[in-house]
Formats: sequence, structure tokens, C-alpha cells
Amino acid sequence: MTQVTSTNSSLLHAEQLSSIRGGRVLFENLNFSVSVGQLWQVSGPNGAGKSSLLRILTGLLEPSSGAVYFNGQPRNQNWSEFCQQLLFIGHKAAVKGELSALENFHWQQQLSSVKNVDAWELLEKLGLLGLEDELTARLSAGQQRRVALTRLWATKASLWILDEPFTALDVQGIALLQQRLVEHLRAGGTIIFTSHQSLTLSDLTPEKLILEYQGESL
Amino acid sequence: MWRWLHPYAKPEATYNLLQKLLPWFVALTLVTLVTGVVWGLAFAPGDYQQGDSYRIIFLHVPAAIFSMGAYMGMAIMGAVALIWQIKTAEWSIPAIAPVGAALTIVALLTGAIWGKPMWGTWWVWDARLTSELILLFLYVGVMALYFAFDDARTGAKAAAILSLVGVINLPIIHFSVEWWNTLHQGATITKFERPSIATSMLIPLLICLTGFAFLTVSLVMMRLKNEILRQELHRPWAQQKLEQD
Amino acid sequence: MSQLSGGQTWLTLLKRDLRIAARRRSDALNPLLFLLMVVTLFPLGIGPGPDILARIAPGIIWVAALLASLLGLERLFRDDFQDGTLEQMCLLPQPLAFNVTAKMMAHWLLSGLPLVILSPLLALLLSLPVQGWWALALTLLLGTPALSALGAIGAALTLQVQRGNSLVSLILIPLFIPLLIFATAAVENASMGLAVHGQLAILAAISVLTVTLAPLAVAAGIRMSVN
Repeated sequence: MTQVTSTNSSLLHAEQLSSIRGGRVLFENLNFSVSVGQLWQVSGPNGAGKSSLLRILTGLLEPSSGAVYFNGQPRNQNWSEFCQQLLFIGHKAAVKGELSALENFHWQQQLSSVKNVDAWELLEKLGLLGLEDELTARLSAGQQRRVALTRLWATKASLWILDEPFTALDVQGIALLQQRLVEHLRAGGTIIFTSHQSLTLSDLTPEKLILEYQGESL
Repeated sequence: MWRWLHPYAKPEATYNLLQKLLPWFVALTLVTLVTGVVWGLAFAPGDYQQGDSYRIIFLHVPAAIFSMGAYMGMAIMGAVALIWQIKTAEWSIPAIAPVGAALTIVALLTGAIWGKPMWGTWWVWDARLTSELILLFLYVGVMALYFAFDDARTGAKAAAILSLVGVINLPIIHFSVEWWNTLHQGATITKFERPSIATSMLIPLLICLTGFAFLTVSLVMMRLKNEILRQELHRPWAQQKLEQD
Repeated sequence: MSQLSGGQTWLTLLKRDLRIAARRRSDALNPLLFLLMVVTLFPLGIGPGPDILARIAPGIIWVAALLASLLGLERLFRDDFQDGTLEQMCLLPQPLAFNVTAKMMAHWLLSGLPLVILSPLLALLLSLPVQGWWALALTLLLGTPALSALGAIGAALTLQVQRGNSLVSLILIPLFIPLLIFATAAVENASMGLAVHGQLAILAAISVLTVTLAPLAVAAGIRMSVN
């Protein structure tokens, strides 16, 4: 069958994915394959199901029908391997407001078991130096986003799934993040992300997946 | 078993099956229930100790048994829903819970009515009545949880998990209440100690039990039919069904 | 490179929860103060006679402990749910049912263990005979892990429900009943100088069963809520 060849070469393969939320079809019979080293941008209007699609790919959300394959096998069958390879940053930043930026980074690092990252250097790079002891709840939205993004510099995961990573970032932040994406791709990593804005770095030429807004059909 | 069940994972097929079976079950319910109740209340001999007041067992015992049975059924459906992700099994939980709760209330009320001439008071902390009351609380919890969700599917899933948790706890609760009752047994004497029941009373009781079984199943089927239709309202087949009726 | 072992992840999660709790001490403290105040109400409502107080003390303390344990439950997963930490926990390589036990442990350390430590004070206030004190502490030690485990189920199932606190109580109180029965019986027996091994053994058995099975329900509840 053709499925075997298509899944073998691909890192993440979606087959006949459909999602119905609140009685509305977000998308139906979606098929695509993401290969190692590719950059994918999912775009479309609000409510088209971009976040739902990403969450289905991560396994947080069950598709209404269809399946996701990871390294050619059903994802749920090598779930642990998948989780080790995956880095997901969703709408909710998973930053603890009761902890400082430094502590947040510290716990994230412990959970992802990456050891050789200089926290201070990274905080400086992200413009968080001087704020490292402030509770993140007191930081601005953009600064909190930066705290969340520290994970991208301290990870062994090869597959990044990022939901609106550029939200709330200023121009420098966006440039910094794009640079990091380029680095990751050069190192052989794979990225799937959603964004309304186009990437400005010429090194970043994403494959595009455009979701249309579906009406009240069904 | 699985191959046989699988087509009914589709809501439409289940709906049609229910529609076909329901009249038969309603008929069986009417026949058995009327026979059993009339026989039990009017024709069975009176008890030599309790006179006519014992006759309430023809309602009390079946209601109590199937209040437990409905909970078991609900938990089994919960397990099916969680393991195989079958939508109709999920929806059967909100269909079963109110029926089970109603049976529990019937069992409690008839128990109280029976208790009045027996003990001179409506309520006694008897082991079985207490267990029945806790069972009612468990049903209330499942229903409250189901109705707390805006999204009915999530609500049904939550209710499924809770009914499984409940069914594991039910034997423990039952055992602990029995034990507690013997511990604190002062003035009350368990009324349900089983004297050998006369055949002339046993037969109508068995018929009543069958009648309640059919009643429970019929009510659940009716509710499940409605629930399926409600959940599938946005699908063409459901709208056709609505127009036909 | 070495992957983080399950035990390390578990410890990391536990330590993080304790660190956060240390930033919000009132969350852990309020249920304890609530318990203390409820217990104070009984002598005021019933009269200070030591005989009647000693008679009903096990029941009062355990009922108050059950109610107090319901108070902080809503927060158990809610903050993590709202800020996305729970999603990330679902995506850890270790099984979710295993990881949630770290949160249950943190909850027990912050709510169950203080109860055990506080119990002599409560016993003193309600004139419980001294021979009942150790039994009270032991029942709390054996019973509170089950309270945390059952509580976690309630908290996980009601994450999507706005203001789910009264709902959590509705769900959980029937499940608490066996613990109440055996714990109070043990304390009563002990204060009368009778053997309590049987009740304590049953209590321990219930706790072990609950603590082993509850994580499965909690994980299912979290998956459902994150969905």
C-alpha cells in the first residue's frame, strides 16, 4: 500500500484527520506528512481549527476520526518515544506565576533533563536579565512569553510543535525566535507552528497548510 | 461478542434497534408488572405477623435490587465507554442514572412506609436503608457531574469515570455500613432477617422482580433513545427521524 | 544522553509543588484553621461537659477533617490546568497516572500530614481520653492518603466546571464514608482500652487500594479535561 512508503519517510504523518468541536466540523479528512527537517506553518482564520490540529498532533486532543503516525507507527503505540522527541508550547505558556523566571527555567530544565545550558546567558539573551528573581506573575505578557520560550534553548527534543509562538513578542523577540527556529532546522530538527504573520527571515521557507473556516455544515 | 456489538457503536443503528425492541419491552413490562403487583397486593396471603403491611415488599424489594442493578449496569457502560470510546455507551450513563435514582427513591420511600408500622418511625438507621441512601448520593453525584458540563460528551465521560470509581467503592461502602450497623445495634432489630418465605408469596414476588427488570430496561431504553436523538440532532438521519414521528 | 528516570521526574514534580505551596502558605494553612474552628464550635454548641465531648470526639474530629480536606481540593489541579502545566505533564514520557501521584503526595504532605500533627491538640480540646490519642493520630495517618487520592479524582473530574467546589463535595462525601466508619470505630475502641488492630488494618487496606487505583481515574480525568 502507498501508506507504508509515505509513513516510512515521514516523521509525523496525519491520516484522514477530522475534528468536530461543539457540533461544528473544523476540518475533515486531512492528510499530510511532515518529514524530518521540515518547517510547517499552519495558517487560517480564527476558529478554523489550527490549535485543535496542533493539539491533535501532540495527542492532547482526540481526533473525531483518523490517526496520527509517528516514525511510521501509530503514535500512541510509541507514546513514550514520541514524548521524548516532542516539545510543545501551546496557548497556555505553562509558566508558573508563583515562581521566578529563573526558577521556571530551572524546573523546565530538570524535567527535560538538559544540563549544560547556562541559565544566565540565556536569560540575558532573552532580555530577562534583572528580572530573574521577579515572580513571573508580575511580568508583562511579552516577558512571560519569553520565559516560556526559554525551553527552546534547553531541549533535546527534535520535533517542535508551537502554537502562536510569536504572540505578545516585540520585534526583537520575534527576530530572536526566528533565529532559533533556523538553528533548530539546521541541526536537523522539525517544526510545526501556527502563526498569522509571515516569517521575515529568508532562511525560513515553510511548507504551508491552510485551514479554511468551515460553516455550520454537517 | 465484539463483532456482534460493533455495528451498534453507530448511534443510528442503536437507535433503530431500540425503536424496534422498545414496544416489546413495554408490553412485557405492563404484563408482568400488573400481574405481579395485583397478585401481590390483592391475592397473596397476608403475613401472620405483619398482616397486610408486609405487602409493600412487592414494591420495595424489586426497587431496592434494581437500584443496585442499575448502578452496576451504569458502571459497565462506563467501562465500555472508556475502553472502546463508544458514544452510545457514554450516552447511556445519563440515560441510566435518573432511572436508578428514581428506583432508589422508591426503595427508600417504600422502606419508610414499611418502617412506620414496624418500628413506629419513618426512618431508622438500618444497614440496608442507609446503604440505599448512600447509593442515592452516588447517583446524585453522577448526575450532578454530568449536568455540570456545557459539553455533553465531556460530561458523559466524567460521569463514566465517576461511576466506575463508585462501583469499586460500592462493596466497601456496603460492607462498612453493615459492620457499622452491627456495631451500633442497640434498639433496632433488622427487619429484613430472612424468614423462609412462603411459596404463595414468593411467586408474586418473582413476577414483580421480573416486572421491575423490564420496567428498568424499558425506561433506560426510552431515555437512551431520546439522548441519542438529542446528541445527533445535527445529523441528517436524526432530523429525518424527527420529521417521521 | 540519559533520559530522566521516572523517580527523578516524580521528585522534581513533587519539589516544584512544594516550592509553589511555600509561596502561598495560606492555601495550606486555611483548611487547618477551618478544622480548628469547626472543632471549637462543638463544645460551644453542645456544652463543655467532658463526658459527652469525649463520647463524640472521634466523630467530630473525623467529620471536620473530611470537610477540611474538601476545602483546598479545587486548587489541586486548577492552577496547573489554567496555566498549561497540566498539558505539559500529559506530554512527559512517563505515564500520567504515575506523575499525578507526585501531586497527590504533595497534597498529602500539605493537608494530611499537618492533620496528623495537629490531632493531639484536637483530642485535647475535645477531652478525648489519652489512650485514644495515638489511635486518632494513627487513623489520620492511615486514612488521609486515601482522602488525598479520592480528592484528586474529584478535582480532576471537575476541572472544566466553573466553580466546581460544591460539586467536588457532592461527588466525594459518599466515597469518604467507609473511612469515617472505621476510623471513628478505631478511636472509640482505643479510648475505651479495646483492641483496634482490626479497624486499623481495614483502614490501611482501604488506603492502599485507593492510592493504587485512584491515579488511573485521576489520569483519565485529566486527559478528559485537557481534551
